[in-house]
Amino acid sequence: MKEKAVVQGFANNLDWRNRKGVFWHVIFQASTIVGIITLITLIFNVIDSAFGYVAYEARVDPDTLTMNGIPLEEQSKEQLVELLQSTLSSGAYNKLNNEKSFEDRSREEVFQVIVERIIRPKVVRVWDLWPSLTQADEIRATVAQDFPKAELDFVSWLTRDFVTRPQTSEPLTAGVRTAILGSLWTIFFTILLAFPIGVGAAIYLEEYASDNWLNRVIQTNINNLAGVPSIVYGILGLAIFVRTLEPLTSGKLFGLVDLTTANGRTVLSAGLTLGLLVLPIIIINAQEAIRAVPRSLRNASYGVGATKWQTVWSHILPNAMPGILTGTILAISRAIGETAPLVVVGASTAISFDPSSPFSKFTTLPIQIYQWTARPQAEFQSLAAAAILVLLILLLSLNASAVLLRNRFSRRF
Amino acid sequence: MAELTEKKLSTMSLRRRPRWGETIIQGLLFFSGFFSIFITFGIVYELGKEALLFFQMPGVDLLSTITTTEWKPHVNKFGIWPLLTSTLLTSTIAMTIAIPLGMSVAIYLSEYASPRVRSTLKPILEVLAGIPTIVYGYFALTFMTPLLRQIFGSDVVQIYNTASAGLVMGILILPLITSMTEDSLSAVPRSLREAAYGMGATKLEVAVQIVVPAALSGIAAAIIVGISRAIGETMIVAVAAGAGPNFTLNPFIGAETITGHIVRISGGDLSYDSIDYNSIFALGLFLFLTTLVLNIISQAIVRRFREVYE
Repeated sequence: MKEKAVVQGFANNLDWRNRKGVFWHVIFQASTIVGIITLITLIFNVIDSAFGYVAYEARVDPDTLTMNGIPLEEQSKEQLVELLQSTLSSGAYNKLNNEKSFEDRSREEVFQVIVERIIRPKVVRVWDLWPSLTQADEIRATVAQDFPKAELDFVSWLTRDFVTRPQTSEPLTAGVRTAILGSLWTIFFTILLAFPIGVGAAIYLEEYASDNWLNRVIQTNINNLAGVPSIVYGILGLAIFVRTLEPLTSGKLFGLVDLTTANGRTVLSAGLTLGLLVLPIIIINAQEAIRAVPRSLRNASYGVGATKWQTVWSHILPNAMPGILTGTILAISRAIGETAPLVVVGASTAISFDPSSPFSKFTTLPIQIYQWTARPQAEFQSLAAAAILVLLILLLSLNASAVLLRNRFSRRF
Repeated sequence: MAELTEKKLSTMSLRRRPRWGETIIQGLLFFSGFFSIFITFGIVYELGKEALLFFQMPGVDLLSTITTTEWKPHVNKFGIWPLLTSTLLTSTIAMTIAIPLGMSVAIYLSEYASPRVRSTLKPILEVLAGIPTIVYGYFALTFMTPLLRQIFGSDVVQIYNTASAGLVMGILILPLITSMTEDSLSAVPRSLREAAYGMGATKLEVAVQIVVPAALSGIAAAIIVGISRAIGETMIVAVAAGAGPNFTLNPFIGAETITGHIVRISGGDLSYDSIDYNSIFALGLFLFLTTLVLNIISQAIVRRFREVYE
């Protein structure tokens, strides 16, 4: 009788327990879906801003540029050059001529220069992609009513020109070439510092270090450094590379003072700062790769009389290299996306020339995004979105190459 | 011929010969390993030195820094509370999002999802984790803030506010907590789950009453690392949380966090030995020590409370 009651109670309870199980299953699944939706929203939000209608007005009306009764669009290249020569200051004209001589430029290129330097279209309003697709008619009506002189164009802010043009203050002609080159220069020095020291440290810790207090301190220290906020590295870089080592990082020591007088706030300082930042990540990843090389390989090498370094160099490193490189690429993509430490180290707010030496002033892609995002005008938000797409594509291809590397060269023992 | 070999053998020493090349290489490798100690030493020395200078400046002392509630460098008022409250506010909002969501996703991935689903979802998480923080900052300013203003009204929610920054920071920390939690859940051996199923437990009961407690040390570590990440997070708050310290607990108005303040102050050309220059080192030292303590606690939890299974 009693037993039956227990079974009865269990059976009653079971239904409820199962329903509870289903309920939480739905909750867990929903959380996962929320996560995915967030990622999609984030990417959609960027794409939404990177394309769409733009209304712009000319600062100088092209009709006033008619020469001998010929409208601007029909003038020959020589006439266009003449127009440039007469309108621009001689300094600005010569600078353009030095960049690429007008004789070598095609008529379209010269016309482009006139649009950029003389007509100077000014953005009056920007629309996102979604309204541009769904409410095109209303947008046209608004423009016709509010900005009768404005032209309306569907613009992709992300174009090939966007990647190859230097930074300017005009949203319609601004590009990210300066920032991309800055990023590449910076990353070069980051790798130069972090890769050899990182791999060296990993080899030391895995192959040479005995289990004593000093090596335990080193290992714990590396784990802790990996958790230090990136901005603290920026402050460290400011104190050490920008201030204390200024003669070195500004190039004075080599008599190579860059004309831009960056005062130590240079590509070199930025690269080294990021190098310190990614060093612990590279060490930890390389250690894992080295640890995955089986014991038997080492023993076989020692067995034929190889020394420790010969074993490391000819057997352990070649086998661990795919793993080490994968880890390094991941660390590098972290460095490429870093913004905060570089702001502290002193990225330049506006430079229109490309970095040309380790001692140049710099800006990088994330810094450029930060500066555009921080501006209130919508056209700069669109520029930021386009730059974000460039950055994400860059990072995605880096990560893809890391995955490929891992799959292509990884050996299983 | 045989004689020669024998002679050679008898003179051959089997003692270890000094190999200078090897010794030099070993020295270089040791230097590489030791280099990280230099970094820590550099951080403590440089930040400590300038922070000391900061507290020696006229009108600044440690007591008023931790007791007053106004941070106004131009009138020599350095009370850390406005920066601290907004840092705590953004971190709390972030963790309220990231902990329940992150744990749910981790439990789903580890206990419910089929291998195929898991192998598609985990890379998505890795993608989320690999997106630079400035992109999240952009997302906070151009998506989350307008959304909040639409929901609560634009007279309540300012353009720059800590709620938007905190929410997006939660999204940023989500993959970190998920992957660390998922790792520790997966490390719980199958036999424990099967024993529980054998006793008639439902899937939920196995997950919540068996697997989660067994992995608790890893989960706690993940949460603490998440908090430390939230406190040190910079770009989201620099873009979306507003410029200017503000002593408030209202999440809908702008308030500058510690990291946001450092970025804004150092954004311009900062002159050395100014009080602003020294103050960012004091704030940096505070950040460094806070996150260091959190990370050490997290490592200690893992070491101390880890359940070891065969």
